Amino acid sequence: MDSDGALPASTGSIPPPRVTRGPRFGLGAEGGRSLVVAAVSTVAVFGLIALVVVNAPGWPRFQESFLNAEVFWDALPKVVSKFFVNVRLFLIAEGLILVFGLLLAVLRSVPGPVFFPVRLMATIYVDVFRALPGVLVIFALGLGIPALRIEGLPSDEFLIAIVVLTLIYSAYVSEVYRAGIESIHSSQTAAARSLGLSQVQTLRFVVVPQAVRRVIPPLLNDFIGLQKDTVLVSYIGVVEIFRETQILQAANFNFTPYMATALVFLVVTIPLARFTDWLIARQRAQSIAGPSVASRRRRGLLFAGRA
Amino acid sequence: MTPALSIQGLHKSFGQLEVLRGIDLEVAEHEVIALIGASGSGKSTLLRCINLIEPIDAGRVLIEGDEITAKGVDVDRIRRRIGIVFQAFNLFPHMSVLDNVTLAPRKVLRRSRRDAERDATALLERFGLAEKARDLPDRLSGGQQQRVAIVRALAMKPDLLLLDEVTSALDPELVAEVLDVIRELASGGMTMVIATHEMGFARDIANRVCFLDGGRILEQGPPHQIFAEPREPRTRQFLNRIIEAGRL
Repeated sequence: MDSDGALPASTGSIPPPRVTRGPRFGLGAEGGRSLVVAAVSTVAVFGLIALVVVNAPGWPRFQESFLNAEVFWDALPKVVSKFFVNVRLFLIAEGLILVFGLLLAVLRSVPGPVFFPVRLMATIYVDVFRALPGVLVIFALGLGIPALRIEGLPSDEFLIAIVVLTLIYSAYVSEVYRAGIESIHSSQTAAARSLGLSQVQTLRFVVVPQAVRRVIPPLLNDFIGLQKDTVLVSYIGVVEIFRETQILQAANFNFTPYMATALVFLVVTIPLARFTDWLIARQRAQSIAGPSVASRRRRGLLFAGRA
Repeated sequence: MTPALSIQGLHKSFGQLEVLRGIDLEVAEHEVIALIGASGSGKSTLLRCINLIEPIDAGRVLIEGDEITAKGVDVDRIRRRIGIVFQAFNLFPHMSVLDNVTLAPRKVLRRSRRDAERDATALLERFGLAEKARDLPDRLSGGQQQRVAIVRALAMKPDLLLLDEVTSALDPELVAEVLDVIRELASGGMTMVIATHEMGFARDIANRVCFLDGGRILEQGPPHQIFAEPREPRTRQFLNRIIEAGRL
């Protein structure tokens, strides 16, 4: 009888299905052999590329003007210090975008013929700002608004930069929100309206809260874009990381500062991108695993969507 | 006495498909009406038209003599007086059971959270759901979810309750707990219109049974008459199929 108790716990039990979280570069479930193959082919491919580059006729000059260690260590702290301007831009603009984008999405989602002009205006806004290259908008507004010399309008570049980034990105973000709003099944609206909630109350208490949970990963994707696009405001004279890089490049007659700046963005952006992938994978795992697992997780966690 | 619900010449089409072709129905206060009929006969659509979740094409609906289909009527105010429970529960998945129940009393009736939660807790207790109050709906069984949906509708103290095949999405062993709740409501005098495939239940609980066929009420009467000696051949045919399927 004691043999039952002595059995290892795992015997006879089915191993739980493995849920891939985040990227495993397609190697997740395969054995050691494929790992070796992958390693060998990786070394071969990258080795070949390195060989071609290093043996290029211009390699020594390239090394001097792009990979100069002295210039690099001189530039890195300077560009990092200016990067905080980008971080401030990003954080302030992001907050505004989240609010303004949601407002646009809600305006486009309010049903009924009375609200047609509202929907029309919001639609035109989103179309226009998604159609225009960001640089054009930044030039047009960044140089145009101050040129008007209207009392009370901001002339500070930093403020204008925030306004412009908010205007552009709100158009994209509102589309993400709207996709989320439209993904909420109409039976939810029917239930809310049947209880006597108005259209606006239904959106506010029932539809939007569910929609926002669902679109957090795609929103983060947009913010990765915003993080990088903060450099565009260098065109209207905000001295941030990219402007600083240009200044350093001109002072040193050397392009290495660009490498330092590139490194800063890689270090900041890749973790955010990975985090986004992880969230998406988790959301998918939840919708596969079923609601009970999803809700258990959700209890402790802010970010969780329900499929 | 003014009927609790009066439907006159109701028509409803979805595109080319005419789903309701002139429904006339009067429901007295405290009366329980069972709507029976094949899938597609218009039972669900009729219920959804009563509280105007579906806009109607022609006809009138009156709640205690107030015409709700008239122009300029505040539909939101009318809907407070009519509760509806859906086949798929339609609970709000992002809120706790308690918030599901108190949302409308708080936001529509402007009651304080304290008052709303006190009443909601009492209702949940009455239907054996008190300990689920803080749970999210997806932690509950189907039967529990449907009972919560009923409590959510009752929290608005409706004059009329519409039940749209509320047991059709449930596992068979969970049907009884939901039917018991409805029985209790009926014995408490709640006016109800119930679309159902549970013929035994309809026979037990309804004061009157309406057989819908092709968007019309083909035959109506007390349950013993409809189930024992239906006049219309279509009704007989429908009931025979139900009996063959072992559902009566």
